[in-house]
Amino acid sequence: MSVARANITMMKKLLIVSVAMFGFGFALVPLYEKICEVAGVNNLLKADALTENIKVDTSRWLTVELDANTRGLPWQFKPMQASVRIHPGELVEVMYEVRNNSDREVAGQAIPSYSPQLLAQHLKKLECFCFTRQVLKPNEVRQMPVQFMIEPSLPDDVRVMTISYTFFELSSDSVDTGGKAKPI
Amino acid sequence: MAAVHDDHAHGHGHGHEHGHDDHAHGPPKGMMRWLTTTNHKDIGTMYLWFSFSMFLVGGMMAFGIRAELFQPGMQLMTPEFFNSLTTNHGLIMVFGAIMPAFVGFANWQVPMMIGAPDMAFARMNNWSFWLLPPAALLLVAAFFVPGGAGAGGWTFYPPLSVQMGMGMDMMIFAVHILGASSIMGSINIITTILNMRAPGMTLMKMPLFVWTWLITAYLLVLVMPVLAGTVTMLLTDRHFGTNFFNAAGGGDPIMFQHIFWFFGHPEVYIMILPAFGIVSEILPTFSRKPLFGYSSMVYATASIAILSCIVWAHHMFTVGMPVTAQLFFMYATMLIAVPTGVKVFNWTATMWQGSMSFETPMLFAIGFIFLFTIGGFSGVVCAVIPVDIQVQETYYVIAHFHYVLVSGSLFALFGGVYYWLPKWTGHMYDESLGRLHFWLSMVFFNVTFFVQHFLGLAGMPRRVPDYALQFADFNMISSIGAFGFGLSQLVFLAAVVKCIRGGKKAEAKPWDGATTLEWDLPSPAPYHSWVTPPVVK
Repeated sequence: MSVARANITMMKKLLIVSVAMFGFGFALVPLYEKICEVAGVNNLLKADALTENIKVDTSRWLTVELDANTRGLPWQFKPMQASVRIHPGELVEVMYEVRNNSDREVAGQAIPSYSPQLLAQHLKKLECFCFTRQVLKPNEVRQMPVQFMIEPSLPDDVRVMTISYTFFELSSDSVDTGGKAKPI
Repeated sequence: MAAVHDDHAHGHGHGHEHGHDDHAHGPPKGMMRWLTTTNHKDIGTMYLWFSFSMFLVGGMMAFGIRAELFQPGMQLMTPEFFNSLTTNHGLIMVFGAIMPAFVGFANWQVPMMIGAPDMAFARMNNWSFWLLPPAALLLVAAFFVPGGAGAGGWTFYPPLSVQMGMGMDMMIFAVHILGASSIMGSINIITTILNMRAPGMTLMKMPLFVWTWLITAYLLVLVMPVLAGTVTMLLTDRHFGTNFFNAAGGGDPIMFQHIFWFFGHPEVYIMILPAFGIVSEILPTFSRKPLFGYSSMVYATASIAILSCIVWAHHMFTVGMPVTAQLFFMYATMLIAVPTGVKVFNWTATMWQGSMSFETPMLFAIGFIFLFTIGGFSGVVCAVIPVDIQVQETYYVIAHFHYVLVSGSLFALFGGVYYWLPKWTGHMYDESLGRLHFWLSMVFFNVTFFVQHFLGLAGMPRRVPDYALQFADFNMISSIGAFGFGLSQLVFLAAVVKCIRGGKKAEAKPWDGATTLEWDLPSPAPYHSWVTPPVVK
């Protein structure tokens, strides 16, 4: 029967479309990251390169408050100083300290968060413990630097800002599907 | 897969021959009739009753929500349970009530309106329906497992949806099943419409309801698999150590929102396009004039469907996006108002100088145009980024989407039920019950939702069981309206049951202005219709 056969052909085509769209859902994951990369948003976990020679604006003072949190892992995590006063364009280094309070080896990943949000566009980080995952042996203490610079293009009305890090536990069998936090 | 196809072909052919033999006897009796049926009318009926019962379940949840919000302060339930109610009210109304109801209409009407004997894949049709009850059971049973039902909103946003208990897994599985059912249903509808039209019925002669369903079915095939993929990622994040949405593992919770709304925005048009179709059938009938601008209606429907795929991020203007992207999504969203406006103007022009009469289906159709347009306008308001940032996650958004989903989709469904009940049951419904149902719904709907615009503009957040004192009066009005709206639906049930049981005998064509093919069949429509296809001139 020709209609029945035409129907089956149609169903096959539509099934292929459905399966392809299921795959497309997953293809959106790398696509999303590519778009973020091209658009320059959301690259919180990558080192920035200082390409041009930026002049330090000594006429302005900025207060950067440092904040540290842990989420669900037995670590103690704190900045070595509560805040720093810096000039825009000045390269600064601050230290954080993390201590593994448990007697097992724990892997963690720090996720940064900035306040106000627009700081993300003007903050250049050359080095950060958040670029890689940190593995701490039982009771190990580690001091970790963050090297950053805030561009003078930061609007004048922003004088106080917060850089915050939260450590999350990485289970040993977790699969990295995001492609941003590359293990060492 | 090939084996399955052959089986379908065989099953279909067999069913067909069987149909001829069985013609005089009608359907088998008892429970087995409904379990094993491959008849599009039986399956359509089951879809409609299923969606009505889900409508009552979701309605009971809304009842709980409005009871808690009747007064400020915590009165009746824990905040977690309140959040479970809002989450599952949304999920059940979208996937359990509105969508299956439209598929029920498609099952009943599409074969009769295009002159086909049945759906293309009759057995798959049975399977599409019988997947629904287990999914509904999963959704409802989730309330009784440790941790309760999912409470992170019907949109499954991580990180909440990654952290919750097994109720969330049941929600995810339910969505998988519902998605599979929708995809099978859509494949069936597309194939039926494209391959099984009566001789002479060209695409541009199809009734508009068939057109809107054809386009809706394509949208479903395109985006339902994406939703299935998204919730699959959620499931593997929860149990198999992947980190698609887990920031600590290099994933991104905002990416979930992008993928979800890539499905979610076409989804809202999936719920409204068939409603456009139903209204476009009812209006010409009761205006006794052909539909104004038929071809522009078809093109407008197609444009809406295409545009709906590129506007998803207007649901998430506040998550942080480059300004260029925000502007793109804002303009694209506003662009949808153009084809939608074409439709509203065409409907109005259809009524213009028509010989109108106001039976219940027409009342619902006019109520639809009036209230859906209000919902459409508040949609344009929400599309404006600065305004949206203000009203994001407030009751303004709740008011907006209930205007398009309740007084849009649901009113069109009610109108369609009254319009086709004579054909389905062979009896005329009770006109005064129908009118009572319409006016009660119309009044109580507006009492419930119009005031929510004010609440939203004043800043009342959604999904919170308690609120500040200044919101008290409007919330009480809204709750009273909601109780009234819910109870009014019992009038609908009474009208439908009364019509099934008896009433004035319906003629083959009870509406003198009707023109589509189903009215050439006797009322009630015979169990097997158009065994010999009609010829369309």
